[in-house]
Amino acid sequence: MDAIILQVLNGLDKGSAYALIALGLTLIFGTLGVVNFAHGALFMLGSFCAVTLQKILSLSFTVEDPTQKDFLGNPLKVDTPYIVSWFGDATGNAILNWSVPLAILFAIPVMLLVGYVMERGLIKHFYKRPHADQILVTFGLAIVLQEVVKYFYGANPIPTPAPDMFRGSVDFGVMIGFAQNEIIYPYWRLVYFLFSALIISAVFAFLRFTTFGMVVRAGMADRETVGLLGINIDKRFTIMFGIAAAVAGLAGVMYAPINSPNYHMGMDFLVLSFVVVVVGGMGSLPGAVLAGFLLGILESFASMNEVKSLIPGIDQIIIYLVAIIILLTRPRGLMGRKGVMEE
Amino acid sequence: MLGLSKKDTTFLLVVIFLTLATPFLLQPFPESSALAQFNAGYPDLMQRFAIYGIFAIGFNILFGLTGYLSFGHAAFLGVGSYSVVWMYKLLSYNVVPGLILAVIMSALFALLIGYISLRRSGIYFSILTLAFAQMSFNLAYSVLTPLTNGETGLQVYTNDPQVLMGAGSPSSPHFFGIVMNESTRLEISGWLFTLNNGYYFCAIIAIIVFYLSLRIFRSPFGTMLRAIKTNQTRMNYTGLNPRPYTLAAFVISGMYAGLAGGLLASMDPLAGAERMQWTASGEVVLMTILGGAGTLMGPVLGAGFIKYFENIFSKINDNILHSWFSALPDGLEDFIVFMFHPFIGKGWHLTLGLLFMLVVIFLPGGLIEGGTRIWNAITGKNRKKKKHDDAEHHPKPTAHVN
Repeated sequence: MDAIILQVLNGLDKGSAYALIALGLTLIFGTLGVVNFAHGALFMLGSFCAVTLQKILSLSFTVEDPTQKDFLGNPLKVDTPYIVSWFGDATGNAILNWSVPLAILFAIPVMLLVGYVMERGLIKHFYKRPHADQILVTFGLAIVLQEVVKYFYGANPIPTPAPDMFRGSVDFGVMIGFAQNEIIYPYWRLVYFLFSALIISAVFAFLRFTTFGMVVRAGMADRETVGLLGINIDKRFTIMFGIAAAVAGLAGVMYAPINSPNYHMGMDFLVLSFVVVVVGGMGSLPGAVLAGFLLGILESFASMNEVKSLIPGIDQIIIYLVAIIILLTRPRGLMGRKGVMEE
Repeated sequence: MLGLSKKDTTFLLVVIFLTLATPFLLQPFPESSALAQFNAGYPDLMQRFAIYGIFAIGFNILFGLTGYLSFGHAAFLGVGSYSVVWMYKLLSYNVVPGLILAVIMSALFALLIGYISLRRSGIYFSILTLAFAQMSFNLAYSVLTPLTNGETGLQVYTNDPQVLMGAGSPSSPHFFGIVMNESTRLEISGWLFTLNNGYYFCAIIAIIVFYLSLRIFRSPFGTMLRAIKTNQTRMNYTGLNPRPYTLAAFVISGMYAGLAGGLLASMDPLAGAERMQWTASGEVVLMTILGGAGTLMGPVLGAGFIKYFENIFSKINDNILHSWFSALPDGLEDFIVFMFHPFIGKGWHLTLGLLFMLVVIFLPGGLIEGGTRIWNAITGKNRKKKKHDDAEHHPKPTAHVN
């Protein structure tokens, strides 16, 4: 029992990332009908927002401290971040420490802007072109974004730690009545899961309970009629693209402490997220979220030693295998609407 | 000749001439000149031209004709490479059994993947093939290590059986005694030409498979494939089942990819799992699109273009740029070098990505379409045509009366 709960928990954090990226992909596909191969790159850009903020915050100046000596007897050079000198020791270090959560505030406008520019500048011209062209141009864009990031940040992963408060692990088993040290779960992964649940519900609430969301849903169902009613649906869809980019970006920001950002992380996630979208059902938002969590958990079950000794290598291919089976038996996915991309 | 029309025969002869003369044509600058770094006539690069040309020709039979965008062709490339290296390990360094096995294995593999993937079309097909390729890649890295030697890559060790290995057989890949990495060097008044056995081996195979693809393009089968791309629904209504045709195209292109993979291992007796990664599949898509999907020469041009510039751009560094622009005032020189810096050396992929986007956006027909447009602009072909529109719908402008 405890092993099962542990695997479910382990699957949650990866599943959350899949769900968030797949949610964004589905938003874009559902509203604009575009297959966005650059979505993984947006996830990566989000991660690098966290890196950038961390770098900006730890910009420092060097002073010679006459009271301390280094081993040669010269005055020790001490790097002091500007933040610390401006806000004082306690506040400054706290801000530095919390750079990843703070990066959320930094990433939202940046990613909205990136999404807006991307849609207006590039994707807009591809609505009328075949899906293959959309895949190709966004694939090209993904390469470009990736290489630009590589140029500025180098090819090595950049460690971006979580705040000290969340560094340890929580003994989750004790809370639900197991013995101590049975189910240990890192705090940050728990935070990640809660955060992604929050984002997902926020997106759903936004679509469900606001007028803007209502119009967008109407546009997803029948774009032409909404346009005929005198509503500028294109503008709203552009904003939705920005929101989808922001969702992917936020997923990336919070993922940075779990997996040190490197320039090709987007591509690694992209392939899997596409599989998630397909399993969930192209164009179905709840489907994308459900499939994201399901596949994340399934993957963590498949990487248990007992399962691996039974079917070697299953942990490497389980997601693809599920996708193939789903596509062949139920082409519209778990929760896909009838008739959406079903051919 | 050979069942081709007169025009196609000329075309084929031109291609044969160009392929065979490549070692001379790609070496236009004398060895001592400053431009010698733009020469591409050395064996390694020319072999890659031919091999990736074959890969792209095969991909084009699927994507160019039927419009099915496969993102998993690298899997076949990997299968081909592994087959050849296994034949080295078991039999001898003769490449022929390996290449035959490579083609057969990749055909079987393609039959399996194609049979399943082709049940869906459009984006679903792309994702299915991608999923299969990633699966093969992951398996090659992990569970199939006894077959693939995992991360190290498959290679020949001294304790391998090599049952057909005679006392005098060469200890590197050869074709009945013709050793692949040997070459004849010709020096003609400053120009240095390298005639490499391996390149000519690849080139002859490339010519043969190019001829085959030419026949496929001109055959009723090829027409059927184009019909699938144009309008599958209408084809269904005509009473034709498109699936056997697409499956055949998929298997053929898989065999081309397997052959290319086998040739890669024939030039360099190594096979690694990274050949199966989806970025490698992406590369062949890039080549085909860049050159011009659906045209005969396009994919080959695209493959050559990408491989050539990959090589050249990776070699250029800041010092070379400085020497080029040294005539300019210092500030301007530094500025230009600074501007070019992200795109050269390690930044080649950035250039490639940008180039690819530009081609998809502005020139969906690839380099071939670009060439045609320029040609038409020079000869004024299209302008003349427009004037001959029918008079009823486009009446001639009448002169103003007053």
